[in-house]
This record gives sequence, structure tokens and C-alpha cells, in this order.
Amino acid sequence: MPADPSHTGPVIQVQDLTLGFGGRPLLEGLNFDVHAGEVFVLLGGSGSGKSTLLKHMIGLYEPLAGEVRIGGEVLTGSEGAARRRILRRFGVMYQSGALFGSMTLLENVRLPLEAYTRLSREAMDLVARLKLQLVGLAGFEHHMPAEISGGMQKRAAIARAMALDPGILFLDEPSAGLDPVTSADLDRLILRLKDILGMTFVVVTHELPSIFTIADRVIMLDRETRGIIARGAPAQLRDHAEHPWVRRFFNREATEAA
Amino acid sequence: MDRQGGHLETAAAGEGGCILRLGGRLDAYTVADLWPRALKVLETHRETPVQLDAGEVTYCDGAGVALILDLLRRPRTPPVTLVNVPDKVQRLLDPFDAAALAAPPPPRAPRQGVRRRLGEAIQGLGQGLHAQVTFIGEATAALVHALLHPRQVRWGDAVLIARRAGADALPIVGLIALLLGVILAFQSAVAMKQFGAEIFVANLVALSLLRELGPLMTAILLAGRSASAFAAEIGTMKVNEELDALTTMGLDPLRFLVVTRILAALLVTPLLTLFANLVGLAGAAMVLLTFDIPLVTFVNQVSQSVSLTDLAGGLVKATVFGLLVAGVGCLRGLQTRTGAAAVGEATTRAVVSAIVLIVAVDGVFAVIYFHLGI
Ligand SMILES: Nc1ncnc2c1ncn2[C@@H]1O[C@H](COP(=O)(O)OP(=O)(O)O)[C@@H](O)[C@H]1O
Ligand SMILES: [Mg+2]
Repeated sequence: MPADPSHTGPVIQVQDLTLGFGGRPLLEGLNFDVHAGEVFVLLGGSGSGKSTLLKHMIGLYEPLAGEVRIGGEVLTGSEGAARRRILRRFGVMYQSGALFGSMTLLENVRLPLEAYTRLSREAMDLVARLKLQLVGLAGFEHHMPAEISGGMQKRAAIARAMALDPGILFLDEPSAGLDPVTSADLDRLILRLKDILGMTFVVVTHELPSIFTIADRVIMLDRETRGIIARGAPAQLRDHAEHPWVRRFFNREATEAA
Repeated sequence: MDRQGGHLETAAAGEGGCILRLGGRLDAYTVADLWPRALKVLETHRETPVQLDAGEVTYCDGAGVALILDLLRRPRTPPVTLVNVPDKVQRLLDPFDAAALAAPPPPRAPRQGVRRRLGEAIQGLGQGLHAQVTFIGEATAALVHALLHPRQVRWGDAVLIARRAGADALPIVGLIALLLGVILAFQSAVAMKQFGAEIFVANLVALSLLRELGPLMTAILLAGRSASAFAAEIGTMKVNEELDALTTMGLDPLRFLVVTRILAALLVTPLLTLFANLVGLAGAAMVLLTFDIPLVTFVNQVSQSVSLTDLAGGLVKATVFGLLVAGVGCLRGLQTRTGAAAVGEATTRAVVSAIVLIVAVDGVFAVIYFHLGI
């Protein structure tokens, strides 16, 4: 069940995207599509621009050139009601979690519901509680973000990103800082949501087990060539990648570039 | 039947019971209408069995799941039974336990009685006092150490802070001082004119500026600009665990951060005060020009009416204010608790404490100077 039945084709289209800061390109001429209901993983050494690319895909930064389409609509440069309509289609978990420090976890998760739905207060509380339960945070509803660990903050941020059950979820390093068990639980959650709700995921992650479990396709960014050095299914890249860095990454060898 | 919307129907069942049929699309937008209607059905069939039939649900996300669970969790006899659940919906329901949801989430901290809270407040006051005394002791030790070993002081940092707290404050200090001199001179000149004694306005303005208003106003501006900045900088470092990093590297945050700030403040406050005094007097001179008192006469009158002791007394006072303002700013920064809001709180507390301290110490100085005959 795709989020928008009227749109067929890729849910996210990145076309000739060049991005950077202060006029200096960080990545150039990126082209890729993300299809409905797949888990799309962004890989790359640290500082290769994964978070920056993610922020361009959600319209937070304007690119130097090119455009991003979500559900067929152009996000880049859009304004007003059209932009808000596009923004409502996805949820984002930022690398730092970005929970609001002055609100409890329950209030954090409830905020998008308050902004966009007409549910009663009691109903919103229940939806928020269920989301927190899904990420394993039952019992922490009334804690402040500063009172829980970094890993728990990330999970709470995922719960907030899912509050409105968006069709697309962007996750920036969701399992960094999580123990392997919780990390595996998170992978299972992603697979279940993808399977049952047909949600689409764009995930930045370095965890190899996680990549092999969840990823349908990956692209690997490279700082040197400022582009995509590999794309495809994880197993395919492990066995057949041409680039030595990519092969080493998937075969888990220590590299100097990481 | 709207394919995009959700719908709800009821039908009678045996034994006076009722079948509640949910169908269509159940998402955060559609369940807003269905939710109260469903609760109403439960309300009207309080004692008879209710069957929840989810057979016609075509799409169900987290909000739909919440609606179904909300109906199931209500404590009632007989409980609501769920039938005809599509496989997809069942898999969404699987992770949750409706019975466990009947209870509200555990509160964070049990509510405390008044006596308990009063006790904690008093204890907090005591701890605050203890922390302040400790801080004064440690800061003094660190300062003395710095003066004995001037090579170990991070003078580069101190100069940078002095520039931000001092040079960057010149425009605002100048503006307020000018205004102060002009207002003081104008108000008193209007009154003195009745007695033909405009010339004594120079005495009045010079004395009050040099002894009281110059140091006081400079210190209050320093509290607003720099005590807050110190508290915010150190507070943010604390929140980011930077203070912990310093400590584990064997660097004392007190020496690293506090000493530089206090030295910078000690350096700039007398200079700023001197500047404020001059600008204030210039403002007064300007006003007196309009009352036909030439600049030469004004300067003459000022130099006769105030002594070097008046000026020095004011500067000593200002230096002590600077010490207090920087110290309390750093202390509040170090006392920051966790979270982003804590930094704002520390900043506010720094400014308030600094101003209270300035006023109190100014009173003490008045008594001391009186007994010393200054
Ligand atoms: N707001 C910014 N302004 C300037 N440079 C930035 C900004 N954000 C990130 N960068 C630079 O872009 C590069 C990629 O950063 P980022 O996307 O965070 O990398 P990562 O792949 O580790 O997520 C880094 O070299 C970083 O210094
Ligand atoms: Mg990143």
C-alpha cells in the first residue's frame, strides 16, 4: 500500500544534484531513484557528505544544481502549501536525535500529531505511547531527553519521526550508539514497517549486519571523486564491486580511508 | 463508501449485543472522526457484548492500530472482542498488549508532600551556599597560583576575553554614560538656575559620576553583557561534556576557564569605568554650554571639586565589581545542569546574582569609605 496511490514510479528522484557549501561542491551530478517500499542505504566514509545529501533530499538545504522530487513533486525550491504537502509525506530522524529538550518524550512524539491531526488529546497520547512502545521505550513517556541515554534518544527520535506514519522515513545513523540487540530490534522494526505498511526508508548506516539485513539497495559516496562509486544490492557489491575500497568495506577489512 | 476515508457501522447481534464494523482507510487523519463515534458505541452498550469487526479495513497504520487497541483496552465486562482481523492488521497489532495499555504510563516521579519539598529546598539552599564558598576558595587559590606563576596563565585567552568584555562594550558603555551625564546635568541645572548656581552642577555631576554612578553603571552593563556570556559559554561546555574532557586531561577547568575570565574582567572594568566617567563628564559639559557656562570654567570647577581619592575610590570599587561579576558568571556556568534549557537558566541566574551582588557590595563600600573618611 503506497502512501500516495495516484503516483507510480520512484518515490524519490534525485536528478543531477550538485551540493556543497560556499560554492565549493562536495558531491557532483548525483543521479538515483528510490522506489516505493524499499530500504535505500547511503554509505560512505565519514565526512563524505551522507548527512549533507540527506538534508538536501528533505529540502533543508538548497543544492548548487539539480533537483529532488518526492512523490513526483519537485521539492527543491518549492514554497508554501505545496512544500508543506510534500514535507508531510516523510519523517526524519537526525543524526543527533534533535529531540526538544524542554519536552518529555511523550510530548515530543505528540507534537507532530498536534500540528497535523484533529485527534483528541487522549487519542494522541495513546498513539504517542504506542510509537514509544514500538521503539522499546515504554515506561519512559515522562522522561526528559536529557535524562535518557544517547541510544534511547535516537529511538525516541525515530518514534517522533513515525508519529504521523509517513510513507517515507529518513534515518541518519539510527543504530550508531545502540547495543547489538537493540540495533537488531530496530532492523526488525524497519522490515516490519516496510512489509506491512509499504513504507520507504532512506538510511545512513555503517553497521554491516544491519546493511545486509535491511538494505535492498545501497549507494556509496566518495569524497575523492565527489560522486557515487558503487551502487547495487549489498551482496552483489560484496562479491563483485570493482572499487577496492567498496570490496574492503563489505568484507569488513580495516581501511585507512574510514 | 469513500475509498479514501474510513467508515464505521453498527449492527445488532444476539443477546442484545452489538457488532462494530470498522472499515476503509484508518490513518491519523481519518480516525479523528471515527474515534469519538466508536467510544460512543461502547458507552451505549455498557453491559452487553460488543464485537469489533475489522474485516473491511483496507489500510491501517499506527493511528488505526491505536484506535483498535483503545477499544480493546477499556476495562469492561464482557470485554470487547476482535474478529475478522486481516492478516496485515494483525501483524501490526502483534507487538502490543492491550491489557498493559489499560494502565496509564508510570509517572516520572511520585508527587512529593509540601514538607518534603520544603526540606529539599532548604537543603538545596545549604548546598548552594556550600558550593559558593567552595568556589570562592578554589577560585582564590587558582588566582593566587596564577599571580605567582604568571607564565602558566593562558594570556592569549584572557586578552581575547578582555577584548570581548571590554573593547566591544565601549559603544554601549559610552552611550549610557553620555545619557547619564546629560540627564544628570540637565535636571540639576534647571533646579540650580533658580538660585543662579548653575556652576555647581559641575561639582554634583563629577562627584556622583566618579564615586557612584560610573562604577555602578559599568558593573551593571558588565553583568548584562559578560556575566551572561561567561555563564552561557561555560554552561554549554558543561552540557557538551567539554568540562569533563578538560578534567580527564588533567586540566583544571577553574584555571583553564575561570582564571582567564576573572583576570580579563579585572583588567577591563577600571578602564571601562574611566571611560564612562569621561564620557559622562563630556555630556554634562555639553549641557552646561547651553546654560552659558564655558568649557574652561567647567573643567576648572570639576578639578577643584573632586580629588584623586574620589576617582581612585570609584575605580577600586569598580575593580571589585568586575571580580564579582566575572566570578558569579563563571560559577553559574559551572553549576549548569543538563539539557539545553539549563544553559538559559544559568545565564539568567548569573545576571540576577551579579546585579544583587553589585548592589549589596556597593552598600558595604559606602560604609567602609564613610569610616575611612574617603
Ligand atoms: N553547514 C556546513 N557548512 C560547511 N561545511 C559543512 C556543513 N555541514 C557539513 N559540512 C562539511 O561537509 C562534509 C560532509 O559532512 P557530513 O555530510 O556531515 O558527512 P557525513 O558523511 O559524515 O555525514 C564535511 O567535510 C563537513 O565539514
Ligand atoms: Mg553524518
